[in-house]
Amino acid sequence: MTAEQPPPKAEQAPKIVIVDESPIRAAILEEGLREAGYSSVVRISEMQSLLARIYALDPDIIVIDLENPSRDILEQMFQVSRAVRRPIAMFVDQSDAASIQASVDAGVSAYIVDGLKKERMKSILDLCVSRFNAFAKLQDELDRTKMALEERKVIDRAKGILMKLKGLTEEEAYVLLRSTAMREKKKIGEIAQSILTASELLK
Amino acid sequence: MTGPLHIGFIPLVDAAALIVAVDKGLTAAEGLDVTVVREVSWSNVRDKLNIGLFEAAHLLAPVAIASSLGIGHVKVPIVAPFNLGINGNAITVSPSLHAAIMAEIDGDRLDPKATARALARVVAARRKLGAEPLTFAMTFPFSTHNYQLRLWMAAGGVDPDEDVRLVVLPPPYMVESLENGHVDGFCVGAPWNSIAVDHGVGHILHFVADILVHAAEKVLAIRQGWAEKNPEVVARLLRALSRAAEFIEEPGNRAEVARMLARPERIGVDAEVIQRTLDGRLKISPDGTIREHGRYLLVGRERAGRPDPVQAAWLYAQMVRWAQTRASEEALKAAMAVFRPDLYDAALGISASPASRPVGAFDGPEFDASDIKAYLASFKIFRRPV
Repeated sequence: MTAEQPPPKAEQAPKIVIVDESPIRAAILEEGLREAGYSSVVRISEMQSLLARIYALDPDIIVIDLENPSRDILEQMFQVSRAVRRPIAMFVDQSDAASIQASVDAGVSAYIVDGLKKERMKSILDLCVSRFNAFAKLQDELDRTKMALEERKVIDRAKGILMKLKGLTEEEAYVLLRSTAMREKKKIGEIAQSILTASELLK
Repeated sequence: MTGPLHIGFIPLVDAAALIVAVDKGLTAAEGLDVTVVREVSWSNVRDKLNIGLFEAAHLLAPVAIASSLGIGHVKVPIVAPFNLGINGNAITVSPSLHAAIMAEIDGDRLDPKATARALARVVAARRKLGAEPLTFAMTFPFSTHNYQLRLWMAAGGVDPDEDVRLVVLPPPYMVESLENGHVDGFCVGAPWNSIAVDHGVGHILHFVADILVHAAEKVLAIRQGWAEKNPEVVARLLRALSRAAEFIEEPGNRAEVARMLARPERIGVDAEVIQRTLDGRLKISPDGTIREHGRYLLVGRERAGRPDPVQAAWLYAQMVRWAQTRASEEALKAAMAVFRPDLYDAALGISASPASRPVGAFDGPEFDASDIKAYLASFKIFRRPV
């Protein structure tokens, strides 16, 4: 990290702080920023004393996820009484409605401290949005894989019950599950789950 | 027919009228298709309202004013045609600060002047010992909580910007921060004070009703442009909210309301904790002491829903007192115009306009919206604009 170095000028190497309680997403974002040549990136995942840590780091840009309640803590930076560099919220410049919409959809927000060119900021924000979206996609795939695994287990158990109760082979049990699902216009997993529930009730 | 409406809210008990209006089918009965969206920060609520993702929102009354005036953030004119809650906050302190204040108190422990004076002595003693200043948390720079804490401590001679640290903390983090000693006290809405007491880590020192008789807390906020284009939708929404507020205040309905609010996708805490707030009957100390107050939180009583521009003026005066903005007659007028009793009256068919209720602050002269300079000049502690 670059904490020991003197703060670079914003236009050369803006210091970016990522505030995110998800370490994986923060890592993905940091990697993306570094690949794009932004070498001065610091991640904060601990929300305790957040403001003091940000003041100490004195970043040019703060990126925070919208699901983070600590966004409200950052609002304190706008108070005129603070003797620190004042940031501007991403939402202040409403001329670029499309990029605001994209960032809200992706779930990321950014605060920019004075002195950074707008185009520069836009490229950083676009990068954050695409990385946030990539993370959401990964998360989604992971959830689906988990669900598929869960469903697999439920189907196996339902097959076992059918085999035992009706004296079927494994394949016959599966065919019965599948045909029932088709007839009732439901998923096999749902039929399997109702078999498990029924067998619990009838125990 | 109207399109679907998305209304943002923060999981707090004073979102009750909004949640009940939707979950009890009162908005549907008005022909509205409303989805309430739970949010995690006031910044999100404000921004999503500003950029049109929400048609309306449960919002801190001062944020509606700050947004309309462009203070601290982008200027987006907002109208507030309905008060979702009057009062409802409390000041909670750690057991050790509570003990320190009670050791210094020279009057009634429910008298905020007495507790504020005691706080001043605690602060002075700590300074003498070279101890760290006390830290108090509130929910947002433009929040009633911020102004209420400041009003209280300043009355005892404690300068909130010099003598203590005042920090923003999201409500869900408050109890934990009190427990681990990162803060010594806070001002927040329900259910968080009760949760601190139940965890044995806090004492409720004051209900806000001790400090202000009648204080606008949360409003239904709507973008002005949208409200002007959709007057009929706004009227229907106000009627549904008004019916919900009446329903909530009927003591026989409280248990049902508390259950409705308790659900995980709404407020997500025990119904019993929510009901304490609705009933104004709260456990204030880990030892089980109960305190009742008839004005703890007003949702539908005393025409609580009707917005009063004098309340907006009072909030604006606090922004000036604490240097969030400079005093201006024009801005004062604009702040008062955010609160829209005319929309409320039109929706509910009310013709006589009732007199304003006094704000009833425990400190300072009676508030006069027509002369806020004189009002503010009466306070010894304030913040100079930079």
